[in-house]
Amino acid sequence: MPSKLPPGRALLSHRTSTPSYQATGTLSSAPRGRDLRTSLAVALGKLTATASRALGRGGGSIIGGRVILAVQPRALSALVAGRPVTLVSGTNGKTTTTRLLTDALRTRGSVATNASGANIAAALADTVATPADQLVLEVDELYLPRVLTETRASAVVLLNLSRDQLDRMNETKAVAARWRAALATAELPLYVVANADDPLVAWVAEAAVDVTWVGTRNSWSLDSAVCPDCGRLLHHGPEGWFCDCGRHRPATTFAVVDGRLETPDGVLPLTLQLPGTVNAGNAALAVAAAAARGVAPVDAIAAIEQVTSVGNRYRRYSVGGATVRLLLAKNPAGWAELLSLLEPSNSTVIAINARVADGRDPSWLWDVPFEALAGRTVVAIGDRRLDLAVRLAAAGVEYVVADGLRAAMAVRPEATAVDVAANYTAFRDLALELDRAR
Amino acid sequence: MRGESRVRIVLLHPRLLGTYGDGGNALVLADRARRRGYDVEVVPVDGAASVPQDADVYLLGGGEDQAQTLATNLLRKSGLDHVVGAGRPVLAVCAGLQILGHRFADPSNQAIPGLGLLDVTSGRGAVRAVGEVVAEPYDGSPVLNGYENHRGVTTVGAEASPLAHVALGIGNGDATGTEGAVQGSIIGTYLHGPVLARNPALADRLLSAALGTLEPLDDELVDRLRAERLSAAASARATGRLRRWLIRRRTG
Repeated sequence: MPSKLPPGRALLSHRTSTPSYQATGTLSSAPRGRDLRTSLAVALGKLTATASRALGRGGGSIIGGRVILAVQPRALSALVAGRPVTLVSGTNGKTTTTRLLTDALRTRGSVATNASGANIAAALADTVATPADQLVLEVDELYLPRVLTETRASAVVLLNLSRDQLDRMNETKAVAARWRAALATAELPLYVVANADDPLVAWVAEAAVDVTWVGTRNSWSLDSAVCPDCGRLLHHGPEGWFCDCGRHRPATTFAVVDGRLETPDGVLPLTLQLPGTVNAGNAALAVAAAAARGVAPVDAIAAIEQVTSVGNRYRRYSVGGATVRLLLAKNPAGWAELLSLLEPSNSTVIAINARVADGRDPSWLWDVPFEALAGRTVVAIGDRRLDLAVRLAAAGVEYVVADGLRAAMAVRPEATAVDVAANYTAFRDLALELDRAR
Repeated sequence: MRGESRVRIVLLHPRLLGTYGDGGNALVLADRARRRGYDVEVVPVDGAASVPQDADVYLLGGGEDQAQTLATNLLRKSGLDHVVGAGRPVLAVCAGLQILGHRFADPSNQAIPGLGLLDVTSGRGAVRAVGEVVAEPYDGSPVLNGYENHRGVTTVGAEASPLAHVALGIGNGDATGTEGAVQGSIIGTYLHGPVLARNPALADRLLSAALGTLEPLDDELVDRLRAERLSAAASARATGRLRRWLIRRRTG
């Protein structure tokens, strides 16, 4: 193998018609020679994380990571120690795509990943301290530029950008501008896998040298009304988005078409256990990123098809005589997708919080097409159940306000199948509650 | 007014001015009119289309910087000035408030001319105002509650009057402690939530300007929401006071 190629970087490129999926370079399994300060930082971080877990204060990765970074501010770059790093970021699908990619890469070696979804810089330090051949990191949108620089990642997967936690992110376009600047100045080689159907992501990724475009059939267009380049109104046609200035959806190398996946190896069947078109798009991005790391699409798909739930998303719990399915959505784009997954015959419970990690402003509830649930009775729970109930009432949806999951399930005690859809912190709390109830 | 029982609500440029759920204002007005027996039509106006002149209520929402400038340019020769001249009710939220004014600032702090239909002038503040707002309307109507997320600093001129006095939050941010602006049939505010979902009296003020006297509605649910939000705001204010007191003690 030519030694000029970077570690972990495959020969695959969208310019190659007959790609080879042999990973190049060496994969060093253990982090090499840590300096004393980094070792001390990691030891203290692990101690803190263990103490946090013992005290029942959560998983401990954030507090542990904070300690690591406090003792060694350069810990991320020190701990990566030359191992290939792939970053995954975007508004929706980070945790799922990270999991799918990790499972695909594990067919060829060990992978350390932040499977818990703890994705801000402090939490990453804890993951990066784990020995493994390579790293796959889900990264919060605002932290992506910093983490890209510090980890010297050689691959980035860009999923989508839409309105989310506007109290923290402010404007979606501003997040895109930061990403674009980060890609334009990133250390090379950098292999970018990007969603061609999101005009903002396309604008970001064109700043990179080496891009593989993936067609996801992402249909959310509320946050891509204007051309990110010229400010004109974008059009959406059968060939995807385009602008009068000449910009248009880039041609793709991987794409979801009628439930199958177009790849450089031909059109392959894709039979996911995860529901919805959104997850087919996530799978396409994961397969494209895995190909960049030397895993053939057919092998990546085989691994991805085994996944039934991701961090409790879509997980089924048995409670009393009922099967409870837990679903997560965090913002209008995610909810629009989720509503189509709710079974009309099931009892429907929706839980909404507006804590810091959710975004403090639940105005976005009015961007969610809850009108689609008309004819059903929805039980509203969570800190902001009254905001939800007011929204449901205006949508013409029958609602019941309940104090929690137990009370919600008592509304229709005879129900044998219950869909519980929740936003981020509500989902996290419900998963804990359901685990305890088992 | 029941004789002609169709209510038309115009939602101006929802693709550009709908970032913070402000399209919900149309849903709230539609719901409140329907519950009173009216047929309702929500008419979105996009692109270069002109603004219908004979609708009952007109709504403008908040948007991102680039979209705000584009919406302003699309509205310049849209006929919105005639709508305002005819005294039809207009609700303008956040970017919408700025667009109706004389000018506002783009991200590079360059002044963009507004539509000049409302006597306000907006600049760009040093920090972004983000958080819950409680404001007491000067006309004595029920207290306003919502969420602000903007970097605008708005000065209300002599032709307009401020809408409310800020009890919690930033509002216009020009050191007068005011929120929003009213002039003729225009009501401007920085509040999202959306503002009409959390303030039914304001929604009915717009509807009654178009439809005359309105039957009262059962607002038990939204009243519970308002009570919860106002109580959360009161404790946020108390926490803020405590924090400031502690800082004074530490530094003083």
